Amino acid sequence: MAASLFVQGLINGLNQGAIYALIALGYTMVYGIIRMINFAHGDFIMIGAYTLFYTIPLMVNAGMPAWMAVIIAIVVCALVGVLVEILAYKPVRKAGSMSALITALAMSIFLENLAMVLFGAKPHNVQAIFQLPTVRVGSVSLPLNVLLTIAIGLLIMLGMQFFVKKTNLGKAMRAVPQDKDASTLVGINVDRIITLTFAIGSGLAAVAALMYCSTYPRVTNDMGSMMGMKAFIAAVLGGIGVIPGAMLGGILVGLIEIFVKLFAPGWYEAVTYGTLIVILLVKPSGILGKNLGEKV
Amino acid sequence: MGKKIRISYLLNAVGVTLIFAVLSGLFSAGVFGTSTTYIQGICTTACYTIIMVASLNLVVGFMGEFSLGHAGFVSVGAYASAIVSGLLTGKGLPDLGLFLVALLAGGLAAGVMGVLVGIPALRLRGDYLAIVTMAFAEIIRVCFCNFAITGGKTMSGILKLSTFPRAFWVMVVCVSIMFLFVRSKFGRTIRAIREDYIAASASGINVTFYKVMTFAISAFFAGIGGSIYAHYMTAMIPTNFNFAYSAELLSEVIIGGTGSLTGSVIGAAFLSVLPEAMRDFATYRMLAYSVVLVLVMLFRPGGIFGHWEFSLTHLLDKITRRESVKEGA
Repeated sequence: MAASLFVQGLINGLNQGAIYALIALGYTMVYGIIRMINFAHGDFIMIGAYTLFYTIPLMVNAGMPAWMAVIIAIVVCALVGVLVEILAYKPVRKAGSMSALITALAMSIFLENLAMVLFGAKPHNVQAIFQLPTVRVGSVSLPLNVLLTIAIGLLIMLGMQFFVKKTNLGKAMRAVPQDKDASTLVGINVDRIITLTFAIGSGLAAVAALMYCSTYPRVTNDMGSMMGMKAFIAAVLGGIGVIPGAMLGGILVGLIEIFVKLFAPGWYEAVTYGTLIVILLVKPSGILGKNLGEKV
Repeated sequence: MGKKIRISYLLNAVGVTLIFAVLSGLFSAGVFGTSTTYIQGICTTACYTIIMVASLNLVVGFMGEFSLGHAGFVSVGAYASAIVSGLLTGKGLPDLGLFLVALLAGGLAAGVMGVLVGIPALRLRGDYLAIVTMAFAEIIRVCFCNFAITGGKTMSGILKLSTFPRAFWVMVVCVSIMFLFVRSKFGRTIRAIREDYIAASASGINVTFYKVMTFAISAFFAGIGGSIYAHYMTAMIPTNFNFAYSAELLSEVIIGGTGSLTGSVIGAAFLSVLPEAMRDFATYRMLAYSVVLVLVMLFRPGGIFGHWEFSLTHLLDKITRRESVKEGA
């Protein structure tokens, strides 16, 4: 019994962790390139989820599979991400990290309250996305959509890793944070790379929304802030700015949450935040992060 | 103490008393009719918000470090004071005495928490410090949700000790102390740390000590603000003090002006009166907040008041000088 409980927890934790990891990926990519915590990133998931809520019935009516709605969600999220970047973040980029952080915070509050004004504060239920059966192995029940979520998450992370390491665009994305002026000299359009990073990060948030909605089919206007916070912790835990770090951190946070929930339901958030504090104090750059010295 | 300084202290005291006299005169004359209690309530809200925002400004504006967890200290103060006043009820203390003891208890508890959080957290800087303060505030919130003594989900039946006059005078005392603190040698030191912490530590300043002390002082006043809050609301749930509340306090600091206590006082007072005045637009309140915040960041990154401090003596000087110029001409 105990073993099956453990395996069940492991699978649920991986499911949760895969979602966090995908969101954390967005945080990490943006932080890696402009050194800014994009607080609004969590709210991009909310936007993705609302898009899914409205487009899934359309897709089903048109006779297409429900998950195709994610394509529209990715486009919408990427557009919103780019808009936020151009309208709010770009003008304050030179003003220092304090201004950037506050602008990001303001954008998060803005998107959340805009959603409340547009869609109301009532939660909406998203139609089922994957109609997959639940398989039982021994005393462990394995919903196949959970396995699918984990698989999608892994696939996207491997894809991102490949994109950033091997393609020209990915190399440009790594070059910009190292030295902006030198990147400009070798012909990289820095502004365009930053915008592209936002587009990719926000698009990933839409995929995360799909995965989240297939497990918990509820959309509210403040769903993003809590999840964004956890994912952000995941990104910092793994080492912000490092893609494998986001995966590791996400899965770690997911597992911690599910297992602490099993034993002390009221305390899981405290344990997550506590882990973050301990990691930051011991190794401020995160588990996989590189420690960069500071110039005087 | 020079004669000039003494005169300016006196002038300011007279000014503050005048404001209080006008407000309480309006209340007792019944100008607002049936809504007198309601408006008095709004003014009390403004008073404790001013304390919280001004105390946050010590860390954000004068020390130049981010805190996204100020609500955590507010909640520590609120709960500690509520517990103390609950224990001391019926022990023969007069209401005012009980109120002051509760305030002090709330402030001290929050101050101690500030030291405990500050010592590990202030080793970090910038973004990372912001995250850690947020994490600590969330941990505090979760603890209050789970402890039996704080009533688990809701804590109710707290004595209603915060009246408008008490809140007003506590606010005046707190803001004065903070103002003196900022003007003191200590205040200059933390501003030096803000400008360049490496240069400051090279000139013999114990950066960590000053940072932790500032953090603790800020937490102390936040706790006092929280105590007034608790004894005004008489019931509270830990989720009142979530990340959104911290973010709201921070945005009030930023809009008012980082590094300007005047900005915090006017900003906090204005922003706590405004939503009440526009009840019908309550849904749009936070939307408007965020737009204002972005606009302030775009056009006035230092906040509306920047580093500018209001000074009654300077104002009077200006007025009298202008009049004398007129007379001369």
